[in-house]
Amino acid sequence: MNTNSNSYIFIYASVLVIIVAAVLSTAATLLKDKQLQNVKNEKMQAMLASALIESTPQDAEITYNKYITEEWIIDQNGEIVDLYKAGAFEKGSNRAFYLNLKTELFKKSKSEAFLSPLFVCQVDGETFYIIPLLGKGLWGPVWGNMALKSDFKTVKGVVFDHKGETPGLGAEIILSDFTDQFIGKTLFDDQGNFTSIKVVKGGIVTLDPDKQIHGVDAISGGTITSMGVNDMLFNCLENYVPYIKSIK
Amino acid sequence: MAEQVQKESMFSTKNIKLLTDPIGRDNPITVQVLGICSALAVTAKLEPAIVMAISVTLVTAFGNVIISLLRNSIPQRIRIIVQLVVIAALVIIVDQILKAYSYEVSKQLSVFVGLIITNCIIMGRFEAFSMMNKPWPSFLDGMGNGIGYGMILVIVAFFRELLGSGTIFGWEVIKSIGLYEIGYINNGLMILPPMALIVVGIIIWVQRSKNPGLIKD
Repeated sequence: MNTNSNSYIFIYASVLVIIVAAVLSTAATLLKDKQLQNVKNEKMQAMLASALIESTPQDAEITYNKYITEEWIIDQNGEIVDLYKAGAFEKGSNRAFYLNLKTELFKKSKSEAFLSPLFVCQVDGETFYIIPLLGKGLWGPVWGNMALKSDFKTVKGVVFDHKGETPGLGAEIILSDFTDQFIGKTLFDDQGNFTSIKVVKGGIVTLDPDKQIHGVDAISGGTITSMGVNDMLFNCLENYVPYIKSIK
Repeated sequence: MAEQVQKESMFSTKNIKLLTDPIGRDNPITVQVLGICSALAVTAKLEPAIVMAISVTLVTAFGNVIISLLRNSIPQRIRIIVQLVVIAALVIIVDQILKAYSYEVSKQLSVFVGLIITNCIIMGRFEAFSMMNKPWPSFLDGMGNGIGYGMILVIVAFFRELLGSGTIFGWEVIKSIGLYEIGYINNGLMILPPMALIVVGIIIWVQRSKNPGLIKD
């Protein structure tokens, strides 16, 4: 057979591509559940880590169910619309864990009604509130979780992650050198006004002494990523202000 | 096709040489100087280096077998495309499996798993060997080259992790033997990519001084 005729080449290429497509889609379908579980475990671990609870991929789900006792969904007016507690819905029918934050923030940017997830974490009799964060870095998305103490004001801990920030510069936001600065900082001033937590270029020493409690040092050489984190904090945290004010 | 008619034993001297040559005197990294980029990228820690080594070995070995089986039917004019399709398919399968069973490592390797596709060792073996040889020798050749590549990766990663982070597989060796207390500090330079080149350079130096036949003018 002439393996160099045009018709042979076309048929050969088509058959090859169809076989490869079939093999790859089978592999993707078979492995999908396992991969989704990994993504879910990672999300749970990140949430637990913000409340300074350690976990491994293997025990992520057990640890999550042990410490994260309630999942809330709050609307933009500060009303709790969904409340999921101990495997049952007390209100509504959606779990905050499966709420797509990206879609909700997009609705917010278009000034439409949107929802915000909140997670209640109980550790040794103390209550923390975990807020998922999502924003833009320099090269792609940055995201994270912030745990607040029960006063809804003081930061217990925070974790960040990113898709592709520059190693050694913007990517340093995930390191404890950066995240540890947030511990003990506050989101509201003494008058109860929302201040967010500012990521300050040049360091918080450039701020007035009474404002330093609402700021952290930015990363040298990672200014755009730092500003992305700053905007992310403001944009995500302010969504909870109506709720927090309503309970004060 | 000038294929041998007489039956050859599976582990004849010739076949064994296919496996051992690339590990030693025809090593893809130190002698042929192929696949250098990934040798820089994934060798800061041992674990990703080993996963990368296994992945490349599997892709080269099975890719070689597939190409060898197809070799008489592949149209000459699109052979490179066919080779790329085979590599790409295998690499995506490896990537999917890592994402499912070794998620942490797959995150560390990130784009480099996908970039196995561009690893010149694999294309090189397809073009130079499996297009002209039977499946079994092709498999051995692929294994040999993969192992030869992986071996260098593991050696480089061992030194970079030990000297750069003071750990081996994440286990704190330096701390446990108490070197930090007498003032030892990790060399942060070892974690940066250029040191991988220097370690590879040292391996080449050692190999050539032991084997002067490799030195060319």
